[in-house]
Amino acid sequence: MPRPDPEAVAAAVFAALAEPTRRSILGALATHGPSTATDLAALLPISRQAITKHLELLADAGLVLAEPGERRRIRYRVNAAPMTIAQTYLAALARDWDSKLAGLQRALAGRAAQSPDLARQPADLPATERDAGP
Amino acid sequence: MPIPDRIERTIELAQPPVQVWDALTSAEGLGGWFGDRATVDLRPGGEAHVEWDLDDSCHNATLTIAVVEPPNRFAWTWRIQGLPEDDPRRTYVEFTLAPAGAGTRLTVVESGFAQVPDGLLDAAYQGNVAGWRKELADLVSYLDAAA
Repeated sequence: MPRPDPEAVAAAVFAALAEPTRRSILGALATHGPSTATDLAALLPISRQAITKHLELLADAGLVLAEPGERRRIRYRVNAAPMTIAQTYLAALARDWDSKLAGLQRALAGRAAQSPDLARQPADLPATERDAGP
Repeated sequence: MPIPDRIERTIELAQPPVQVWDALTSAEGLGGWFGDRATVDLRPGGEAHVEWDLDDSCHNATLTIAVVEPPNRFAWTWRIQGLPEDDPRRTYVEFTLAPAGAGTRLTVVESGFAQVPDGLLDAAYQGNVAGWRKELADLVSYLDAAA
């Protein structure tokens, strides 16, 4: 299998989280720690067979790791690495420079209003309007 | 859709570069528009600490200052929000100030979101890596037998 790129890893995380059953399985593993399909069936309103199927899909995608063991006793745990790759994706989307820069604009305008000698333009006009002139 | 690696914004400000520079690099400035409080050791390699007051807690960030070229260029690196404390990844934030009439054209570029250390990508696919180990072991046995 070719080495996956970060985008494929992030896509696998988001695909897993888009499905309610897989979301609840990952949530249960995050809350309760490593668990077998039987443990998860006791926690969730889902059959053990369905849980096993989803755990295999999640393991294929690298989102959970199966600890070695006899088939029915296999414990699964969340693999954090793909999550942190998906988090960088979310961090880029969540980085809110627009409101930070609007804050900078307001702070500078406020300071200029307090010290009129520094205000070469009317401070209450948006920058785009000031720059639209000749 | 690829992971967005780079965020870039340009705004026009009415104030001249020296005044914008002060707002970007002083403790009073950073603690005003960027955070709620800040301390700044303004030199390459120095650190700035910024704090934000949330409803019932406080969030903070440490900026490691990379470039100090008054009043034109200021840059820092910092951790990617949401990642564990020990994650080595940092994004690079660079402000460029250019005179524009009586004011300043300010450009901010933050880059490095899409970086993934090799080890992490391997860890993301431990399951498959384990599969490969077995297949490679099989290949070694096969080649040994053929020799």
